[in-house]
Amino acid sequence: MTDIIKLTAAEIAEKIAAGDLTAVEVTEAHLARIEAVDEKVHAFLYVDREGALAQARAVDAKRAAGEKLGPLAGVPLALKDIFTTKGVPTTVGSKILEGWIPPYDATLTRKLKEADVVILGKTNMDEFAMGSSTENSAYGPTGNPWDLTRIPGGSGGGSSASLAAYEAPLAIGTDTGGSIRQPAAVTATVGVKPTYGGVSRYGMVAFSSSLDQGGPCARTVLDAALLHEVIAGHDPLDSTSIDAPVPPVVEAARNGSVAGMRVGIVKQFRGEGYQAGVMQRFDESVELLKELGAEIVELDCPSFDLALAAYYLIAPSECSSNLARFDAMRYGLRVGDDGTKSAEDVTALTREAGFGPEVKRRIMLGTYALSSGYYDAYYGSAQKVRTLITRDFEKAFEQVDVIVSPTTPTTAFPIGERADDPMAMYLADLCTIPTNLAGNAAMSLPCGLAPEDGLPVGLQIIAPAMKDDRLYKVGAAVEAAFVERWGHPLLEEAPSL
Amino acid sequence: MTVTELLSYDAALAAYDPVMGLEVHVELGTRTKMFCGCSTELGAEPNSQTCPTCLGLPGSLPVVNAIGVESAIKIGLALNCEIAEWCRFARKNYFYPDMPKNFQTSQYDEPIAFNGYLDVQLEDGEVFRVEIERAHMEEDTGKSTHVGGATGRIHGASHSLLDYNRAGIPLIEIVTKPIVGAGERAPEVAKAYVAELRELIKALGVSEARMEMGQMRCDVNLSLMPKGSEKFGTRSETKNVNSLRSVERAARFEIQRHAAVLQSGGTIIQETRHFHEDDGSTTSGRVKEEAEDYRYFPEPDLVPVAPSRDWVEELRATLPELPRVRRNRLREDWGINEHDMQSILNAGAVDLIVATIEAGADSAAARKWWMGELARNANEQGKGLDELPMTPADVARVAALVAEGSLNDKLARQVIEGVLAGEGTPDEVVDKRGLKVVSDEGALGAAVDEAIAANAGIADKIRGGKVAAVGALVGAVMKTTRGQADAARVKELILEKLGVSE
Amino acid sequence: MPGITREEVAHLARLARLELADEELEHFAGQLDDIIGAVARVAEVADQDVPPTSHPLPLTNVMRADEVRPSLTPEQALSGAPAQEQQRFKVPQILGED
Ligand SMILES: [Mg+2]
Ligand SMILES: [Zn+2]
Repeated sequence: MTDIIKLTAAEIAEKIAAGDLTAVEVTEAHLARIEAVDEKVHAFLYVDREGALAQARAVDAKRAAGEKLGPLAGVPLALKDIFTTKGVPTTVGSKILEGWIPPYDATLTRKLKEADVVILGKTNMDEFAMGSSTENSAYGPTGNPWDLTRIPGGSGGGSSASLAAYEAPLAIGTDTGGSIRQPAAVTATVGVKPTYGGVSRYGMVAFSSSLDQGGPCARTVLDAALLHEVIAGHDPLDSTSIDAPVPPVVEAARNGSVAGMRVGIVKQFRGEGYQAGVMQRFDESVELLKELGAEIVELDCPSFDLALAAYYLIAPSECSSNLARFDAMRYGLRVGDDGTKSAEDVTALTREAGFGPEVKRRIMLGTYALSSGYYDAYYGSAQKVRTLITRDFEKAFEQVDVIVSPTTPTTAFPIGERADDPMAMYLADLCTIPTNLAGNAAMSLPCGLAPEDGLPVGLQIIAPAMKDDRLYKVGAAVEAAFVERWGHPLLEEAPSL
Repeated sequence: MTVTELLSYDAALAAYDPVMGLEVHVELGTRTKMFCGCSTELGAEPNSQTCPTCLGLPGSLPVVNAIGVESAIKIGLALNCEIAEWCRFARKNYFYPDMPKNFQTSQYDEPIAFNGYLDVQLEDGEVFRVEIERAHMEEDTGKSTHVGGATGRIHGASHSLLDYNRAGIPLIEIVTKPIVGAGERAPEVAKAYVAELRELIKALGVSEARMEMGQMRCDVNLSLMPKGSEKFGTRSETKNVNSLRSVERAARFEIQRHAAVLQSGGTIIQETRHFHEDDGSTTSGRVKEEAEDYRYFPEPDLVPVAPSRDWVEELRATLPELPRVRRNRLREDWGINEHDMQSILNAGAVDLIVATIEAGADSAAARKWWMGELARNANEQGKGLDELPMTPADVARVAALVAEGSLNDKLARQVIEGVLAGEGTPDEVVDKRGLKVVSDEGALGAAVDEAIAANAGIADKIRGGKVAAVGALVGAVMKTTRGQADAARVKELILEKLGVSE
Repeated sequence: MPGITREEVAHLARLARLELADEELEHFAGQLDDIIGAVARVAEVADQDVPPTSHPLPLTNVMRADEVRPSLTPEQALSGAPAQEQQRFKVPQILGED
């Protein structure tokens, strides 16, 4: 029954609850799909066949016993390999953690399990989430199901590709500078970066602590909302977790509307470097919003021009410290311990062998930015930029309810094109980074194919902190209008694998 | 090892003024670690008190222990510091295998307490004010055991074994401002400061501050400036000086070493030095190829600490009397001199004596037993007074028995011996050993008569006015009563019977 | 442009405990120079009287009660250890202070 894999998460959950499908059937269908296509796509680093089926059987047993099921009970999910999973390997896409089996579950992992979600396995990613293409994975790149020679975005390319390849209806990503939204944009899927502090970071391997945020990935806005509700909420194990109710995201997704809303477009999110077809689809989206009853407001956010620079100081600085723990002493890879070398040397040899070039580059950059004599000029100034960006957003949100922009300046580029040109690679996150710096919420959803290359374009919606529900309200309205216009979800135009 | 040149202490002080800086790390007595819920209980098996956070596992995060912050504020207040209205934790980045994250979560330019002072009293009663720069919160490292080298030292070891039970235990680091003007008394000031700080920490109840257990550790920074100069010299940092006596010796040694170097026209290099308990010397640590660059930055996994003024005032109201003030009050109450008070202090007997008095003993008796019989016993066993199996209540009971005449001093000592031997409470020991002053006047009278009859010659001498001879008769009575008589009463009875008055 | 030297890169590599090969040093020196040249723009705001943002949320005083939570078992704690001995993590000789 190939149809199962085309169902949305909401539909699957409904059918399982109604007894029209069993969780085991659903899980097996997805495992079969993974078996069939993942050799080509390479979305997964690890498929937990046994664990997934055991969880599915438990869901079916629970239902048979008449116990209450979670809203996503029995729905399969692809988990980015950055969240710890007790007893299941977690590599963060790095050789340095090859074979590491965590003795604990991330809070997000625990919440998924408690909600009866079936975790299929761990998805590929740029090493330590550093990248925009998933080419930086130590375990080889992931292909974009729209064109396997192109990147699926990054760092969460495994998660976006698993959705676009119908290997899973739900996935989890993390977004430090755009790693959920940019992969969603280039694969015609939906990805949400919740407000910083909305989803616990406990058990999510840190890249840049003050920017990292886990979030939902799905094929529809409603599915993303259902997943958002499961993974969000206060966690006493994460000091930066928000101690307030989760915004009503599911309700918003079920009641999409932009009528009477003020929608901002920012001057700084266009210009040189933006692909013509991307801007064309974006401008059409703005027209659509107007047709749906939104008022469009032009905004000037001058400090956004400094966002990329600030980001590439703050993120590497924090990463240089966060990744210091990978020293070959307590877990992970150990290289060169031949009985004659010192711990110091073994640490340096292991880090040299275990980290890929992008990770080393950022560690070096961060070490530089924090070192005495440079701190004020670099890290200190970057934090001032952060304040200015936050103020620009505050001013903007006095005038508008949400802001929209292209998610990425270009569509998916060919694998290898920017591999050794870090600055070119960094440009992929031009539109997504300001949100990470300010800590507010944003979503990407499909808004069409670029005419010149036929590849997906993403529309970014940005909301104020703690107003994540607005993303879903606007996103659901835009999604419904586009699907009506196209006659089907955009993803159905992807070539079959 | 090359012999270190030293100048005589007097010559050194004749030419130079010492400047000291003391950094003390105190391990707090919280139930759990600073940033995770692992127990801090001592003596657990290796790596049994660790979790993802204190092992630095990927993905783990810290959460601040509220009692850790509260203790830091209390220490700050007791040191007359200002308490920050808003401060942050910072990461101190450097690699070392005993530090699981390869950064220490500490505080940098925003300590929770700053700008204070501690008045310390030297042995002769002089009070010296030590200015406090800051007190900040941080975490301890794990413990390494070095294998394969000589006597567990790092040098020459083939490998090391790490136990992270200690990693993450809360530390408060207390840093003085440069201590100037102590002159020849600098080593004494250093010791008195650390002693006073230890008393203060104990009085606050935030740590037991046992130096021998590593709960309190001291680094001594020292430099010299030529007499008359106000420009500080280059300093040395002597690490891990972990007893009061060592603090004094280390300061003294460094004064003499610096002076010798300077006098011979050499220059002091800024370096870490290690103190050696055996001979009181210091030696140079490993010379690093490059200066450390800790790359401090605000800890992004923790949010700022902003103690409300209400909370700070609440804590201020709970502060106990300062140890120095209390000591002076007790000294006056007890009517003793500085020297005796110092002995009591050195013996660690102040609190025990106070508790004994609270249990009903008078102060002279409490001091007499703790500083006499019990101190001797503790000394013999190499234990602290508080480790003896005898409580202040026991001592108070012994004192009461003496006061009421049921025991004399000799018997009391036997009772104490029994209690220390684990024979039970003082009353149980009295019962079991049959130690009671014979106060039955009839029985005593008979024993006196017997002694007079058996020693007629001596009795005559006494009757003849040689009262001093009564001792021999008292001795005889005590012998027949096996020491259980009240000697004073026996003497009275004898003199009475012989019709002699003193 | 100041230009980041090969020596500086070597120094950074030592601080970051990376045993970089010679050609890597060369390669990184060029790339870091480019990146730093680009991100140095942030210094435009260095003189502005703006408070720095270290945390995206204005939270303060997040603390937990001093209550013991279960630890990992020693087996779990040591489960990832590259080497162990006597229930401790076994590491190569430490070039420390003595
Ligand atoms: Mg310290
Ligand atoms: Zn712990």
